[in-house]
Amino acid sequence: MNRGKFLFLSLSLLLSSLTEVAAQTNGEGSQFLLNILFVIAALVFFAIVIQVSDNLMAIEAKRTGADKDGNHFGLMPRFYELVGSKLPAYLKNEKVIISKKGFDIPLEGKAEAENLKVSVHRFAVNPANFKGISPIPKVLVEIGDSVKAGDPIFYDKSQPDFIFSSPVSGEIVEIKRGEKRAINEIVILADKTQQFKTFEKPNIATVSREELIKSLASSGLMTLFLQRPFNILPNLDVVPRDIFISTFDTAPLAPDLGYALKGQEIAFQAGCETLSKLTSGKVYLGLDGNGDSDAESIFTGVTGVEKYYFRGKHPIGNVGVQIHHIKPISPEDKIWTINVQDVAIIGKFMLEGIVDQTRLLAITGAELKHTGYVKIPFGASINDLLSSEEVTAEHRIISGDVLSGTQISKDGFVGFYDDQVTVVEEGNNYELFGWLLPLDMRPSVSKTFPGTLLGGVASAANTNNRGEKRAFVVTGEYDNLLPMDILPQQLFKAIVVNDVEKMENLGIHELVEEDVALCEFACTSKQPLQSILRSGLDVIKAEG
Amino acid sequence: MKNSLLSFFLKIEPDKKKSPFLHTLYDGFFTFAFAPNHVTKGGVHVRDGMDLKRLMFHVVIALQLCYLFGTYNIGQQHFSALGMYEGFLEGFHLKIFYGLVQILPLFVVANVVGLGIEFFYAYKKGHGIEEGFLVSGALIPLVMPPALPLWILAISVAFAVIIGKEAFGGTGMNVLNIALLSRVFIFFAYPTYISGDDCWVAGLEKVDGVWTASYNGFVTGILNPVFESFGWATYQNGLAVVDGYSGATPLSLAAKGGWEGVLTRFTPEQMFWGNIPGSIGETHKLFIILGAGFLIYLGIASWRIMVSMVFGLVITGLLFNMWNATPAMDVPWYQHFSMGSFLFAMAFMATDPVTASATNRGKLIYGFLIGTIGLVIRVLNPAYPEGWMLAILFMNVFAPLIDHFVVEGHIAKRKSRLSKLANS
Repeated sequence: MNRGKFLFLSLSLLLSSLTEVAAQTNGEGSQFLLNILFVIAALVFFAIVIQVSDNLMAIEAKRTGADKDGNHFGLMPRFYELVGSKLPAYLKNEKVIISKKGFDIPLEGKAEAENLKVSVHRFAVNPANFKGISPIPKVLVEIGDSVKAGDPIFYDKSQPDFIFSSPVSGEIVEIKRGEKRAINEIVILADKTQQFKTFEKPNIATVSREELIKSLASSGLMTLFLQRPFNILPNLDVVPRDIFISTFDTAPLAPDLGYALKGQEIAFQAGCETLSKLTSGKVYLGLDGNGDSDAESIFTGVTGVEKYYFRGKHPIGNVGVQIHHIKPISPEDKIWTINVQDVAIIGKFMLEGIVDQTRLLAITGAELKHTGYVKIPFGASINDLLSSEEVTAEHRIISGDVLSGTQISKDGFVGFYDDQVTVVEEGNNYELFGWLLPLDMRPSVSKTFPGTLLGGVASAANTNNRGEKRAFVVTGEYDNLLPMDILPQQLFKAIVVNDVEKMENLGIHELVEEDVALCEFACTSKQPLQSILRSGLDVIKAEG
Repeated sequence: MKNSLLSFFLKIEPDKKKSPFLHTLYDGFFTFAFAPNHVTKGGVHVRDGMDLKRLMFHVVIALQLCYLFGTYNIGQQHFSALGMYEGFLEGFHLKIFYGLVQILPLFVVANVVGLGIEFFYAYKKGHGIEEGFLVSGALIPLVMPPALPLWILAISVAFAVIIGKEAFGGTGMNVLNIALLSRVFIFFAYPTYISGDDCWVAGLEKVDGVWTASYNGFVTGILNPVFESFGWATYQNGLAVVDGYSGATPLSLAAKGGWEGVLTRFTPEQMFWGNIPGSIGETHKLFIILGAGFLIYLGIASWRIMVSMVFGLVITGLLFNMWNATPAMDVPWYQHFSMGSFLFAMAFMATDPVTASATNRGKLIYGFLIGTIGLVIRVLNPAYPEGWMLAILFMNVFAPLIDHFVVEGHIAKRKSRLSKLANS
């Protein structure tokens, strides 16, 4: 309202000053100006007359009862109906956050909504997958040991109570070591029928926070949380300010998380209740407000949490962006985040006393013959997962999405936090005038490409770098792709010159790699923004 | 075809250690012809198709209409000074070819000197040739007067590229706009070649106190026989200009006689459609507006800078109209758009992302101040009646300061938001 009044006042001021000038200046030019002013004045006058009569009609309609359903009855559309985005009915009484920034990268190879038939025999736990773990963990198993799902595999030496447990039951067949005896992978050959270690079920209603943490840490479920700032494994003695969950993923080819959790309503509700025990604040749920119909009932029906709807393009589904809009992190805060599928895993543990780290994994990418979903514990072998596909050296396998996933070899295993495997073509070929006249479709935020101009034609992207690295030249590019009140380019420059105070002031603690991945994708100068951000976070973390 | 070309290119690659300069050159041309086969490593796996080459090339595309009309207008102004071929199509071949004879050497010299220096520095620093000069090389001929001697152009470009850009670290590091730096170098070092009334029309020479047409050997020796063989009109040396001729631009007329003074020689339509003397690319206003619209639509140039610059001009123009103390102040504010180079400076000079403010709010301030300061110089400076070059260079220097205050304001806002949250 204030803004409207301000606009009106400044417009009328401008108009009156124009008339003043027109009246003072002589000659042919001022005549032309006066004519324009008369036309504007006439238009304004007629608009006012029509608007007033239209409003009178609407009032009359309300009085006589013709306007039963409460809809606006006038001929003219209301102003906000013209300029505001039309919110679907289900969002009318909800907390909605709308952002126009961001970009949905149109890619081919989305997962079909069907479950693929694959049999996976080998699983691996890779300590390097876990963010912020100390370099060499203490391994508790040896080759030849048999383990059950939920049995401890290793612990973090800095937090000995913090157990990392086995995703499946089976036999330890290999412990791969790297440089300086670092542990690369602990490979487990899975049993045909899975056996679960049984834990004592904590009673959600009565259990204290200390006991709950102890129970989650000893079963290996504390690994499911990440702590911000820095996006690392949580400290067990930290009480987080709040816990945030995003229930939808807007990354390219991301899995449909509502589909992933179908049928797990009870476990999800129990998980949410457990989370609210862990924090001194609230549990926040970020819901997808982009659809014409409401988000999945499993998310909308859950109780005991704060729900916020988000409308916009990627990265609006990132939990970091949602935190920024709900309740931003200050440098002193500690908050936890958890993936939505993992909430149901915790719920299942509370209800049944078993650690069943089974998630729905999306197999995506235009290079695959069959895309779809696989219900499987973390750390599955890529060889087994893609056994029916012809994946060669011409392809790149990514654990995660194309923006912030990790490249893995065919002999590798799916990462711990990832609910998606993407296969894209390697783009290691020369292209004649590739910068000027691209002959095949490629994703871009720039309207200089016909695919973008036509409203985002999906393409099978490859991994070509699309140009060479340059100094920062373009400005304002990142601002349109990061839906947060942060000055990204200034922040990156502060990191590059190692200005710690400025980094903190510009809000580095609010960001993690996945939030700036879209900026890195679009960067005209091909700067490695995610690794720049991580180096900045490392500096801040080391400073304490 | 593509594969044989590629294998030819790969075969002739010079050895990097034995002949580093050749390798740098080769690398520059090879990456121009072929997008390299580099793949992403760490970080994102898929990259946007946009790169700096493509970005800059689209700016060059946006300039093409200005090049077309600029070429024509060199001939047009030349012949209208002689009182010949006043109509658009009359003597069309003479105008176009005369324009080409003038503009091609300017373009070639600007690019050979500029790119040569870029190549040399790339070789010295041992990195690839960067495409920064692509746009500068296209802009520089357009901001020069058509009769500029080539040696002055060469010196000015060398100065701008070495002192303005390479000294600061190359593409993306310069503080001042390269094209304007080369122009301002001429303005201070050889002022008579770029200011006053006598430099804006090419091909006129003063013989015994009278301006007469004078052509070089290429025009009389090669073009004339060709045109004769077609039975077309030819160039004639020694024709005198029409009575009462002056090469004054609308701006210098306005400085002396105000809006009335401009109207004695030019109509507002004539100024809008570009049939006036001036720098090569600045005269046709519609083509510049089309170029600006193209850049804004594609999201390449900042609309914030352009819009706020227009606001700066309008408000300052209105104030001058109210004050109305000197002849130049009575030029109606809306006529400032079609005089001189405001639109060209707005569309292509002020929007250079490297030298402009980097923050969105900073861009609004930056553009507004350019609009204000430029018009103040145009209206109040008695010696040189155009302000955009100096205003933009001046604001280039201040852009980091504007950004500093915008960033400080942003930090203060962030802090107050966080402290509000902490207290709630």
